[in-house]
Amino acid sequence: MTGHPMRKLSLGGFLMMLSMPALAAGDAAEDAARWDLLRDMYFKDRPVEEAGNRMRIDAPARAHDAALVPVRVEVDPSLRLKSLSLLVDKNPVPLAATFRYGPASAGSTIETRLRVNEYTNLHAVGETQDGRLLMTQAFVKAAGGCSAPALKDPQEAMARLGRIKVKLPETAGAGSAADAQLLISHPNASGLQFDQVSRTYIPAHYIQSITIRIGGQTVLEADTDISISEDPNLRFSFIPVEGGSLEVTAQDTKGATFTRTVPLAAGGG
Amino acid sequence: MGVRLILAAILSVAAAAPAWSEPLAVTEIAPGIFVHQGVIAEPAPDNRGDTANIGFIVGGSGVAVIDTGGTPDLGRRLRETIASRTDKPPVVVINTHMHPDHVFGNAAFDGVPVVGHANLRDALAARIEVYQRRLADELGAEAAAGIAPVRVDRPVGEEVRIDLGDRVIVLTAHPTAHTNNDLTVFDRQTGTLFAGDLLFLDHLPAVDGSAVGWLRVIDALGRIPAVRAVPGHGPPAVDWPGALDPERRYLNTLVEGVRRVLKAGGSIQEAVAHVAKDEQDRWLLFDEYNPRNVTATFAELEWE
Repeated sequence: MTGHPMRKLSLGGFLMMLSMPALAAGDAAEDAARWDLLRDMYFKDRPVEEAGNRMRIDAPARAHDAALVPVRVEVDPSLRLKSLSLLVDKNPVPLAATFRYGPASAGSTIETRLRVNEYTNLHAVGETQDGRLLMTQAFVKAAGGCSAPALKDPQEAMARLGRIKVKLPETAGAGSAADAQLLISHPNASGLQFDQVSRTYIPAHYIQSITIRIGGQTVLEADTDISISEDPNLRFSFIPVEGGSLEVTAQDTKGATFTRTVPLAAGGG
Repeated sequence: MGVRLILAAILSVAAAAPAWSEPLAVTEIAPGIFVHQGVIAEPAPDNRGDTANIGFIVGGSGVAVIDTGGTPDLGRRLRETIASRTDKPPVVVINTHMHPDHVFGNAAFDGVPVVGHANLRDALAARIEVYQRRLADELGAEAAAGIAPVRVDRPVGEEVRIDLGDRVIVLTAHPTAHTNNDLTVFDRQTGTLFAGDLLFLDHLPAVDGSAVGWLRVIDALGRIPAVRAVPGHGPPAVDWPGALDPERRYLNTLVEGVRRVLKAGGSIQEAVAHVAKDEQDRWLLFDEYNPRNVTATFAELEWE
């Protein structure tokens, strides 16, 4: 796909984000200043419009687990986006993911799970087919998600690493939109989790790209980062193809590639 | 004693904090077995972090301390209580699992060997900084100061027996349940089981390991020939194995409820809104823990 609206965040930008002073939570002026900075960093001089009722973020106002905050970006079905970027403003790496929609996508609504490090705004920025940027935001109360030791059972998690599960509706008629859920078993280590015994940070090790295709056509391509929770999880919609299979490829930062192909008739996996 | 209390009072006025050095109240629930009952609440200034049941077993030659409380100060007060009840020294500190309300009093037992589940060291090491920060938020920096670094001198892989002098206690490490490092302590002489947080009463069970694993462990625990148990949260002593019933019912409701939502293709938010709601009036701290339990269990059961 072309027209990717993001520049990869430069190292200089990354360090600047880390070294920004932490101010009192709930300070609206500071939140606005933070967003101005992020917008300039990621979208340069391009105008960003309020999406109004065409896009909406659905997230719990207060998260039950800061390392696993379910977030759904609802996009009006009439609005076919070229791409969608999801940002957690105050996280050490704010850009959680960028999704690029392909011809086999059936709509731009996306659901995933995020780590949230402190009380923060979330921003979703959609790029329309004609290159306009539309933005919506939501405030989430959660803290500690990036450094939280979320792995409840590390041995089991490592044994499962790379396993991909795809949940499909029982009937996916060719041509009409269908919803699917993708789960990838991966610790998605943020690099910010400290181990007191070894006195070191557990090295970052996370899924950085996901591609979903059906019958050779792209549904979705995602660039993902450490703000995505362990066991990355996506809900999306696609257009089924008669006799087709959903093909998933994911790559992590150590260069490992994980793949899974699920025939539509199987209805799950 | 009187002088010390007055001195403590003066110091506490100076520090604008309550006097923290009186011994902890304990109940002798069976001969030589003492339990301090924590309050059923989240750690907060009004309870000084005293939210878990902790205790000790007195043998012929030494004392086994079973969990040490949520702050170094609670550990010191427990140590004073032990000294007021027996002239035998603490010879072992046993931690039933990694949670801060059970282990942060370890600081008061410098020099006493610490025994825990084989997974305890790594699990606590990964979390202790987060726990310490949270405690400082809850109780203030002073109460959270002086927390001992992680130390597990004797990891238990399956089962270990410790002789306290004509009194053998059996330590059993369990598969992932409440956490991935749950350990129980059984005193054969009186048939008393220190269940740690594998047993909750009144306080809603908190799932920080595996709900399904916990149900399996409950089945195994039920076969332990105890007559009474000490829950990690709840009354100081309860009948065994009947005391397992409420938490088994809750965990079954949780697991079945989440499975139903998953089967219907529902989301975490839907699960949080509906699962185990009929348990709400039967527990304290339901609103604090049920949403987290549902979230964790949803993420666990998605892989079934």
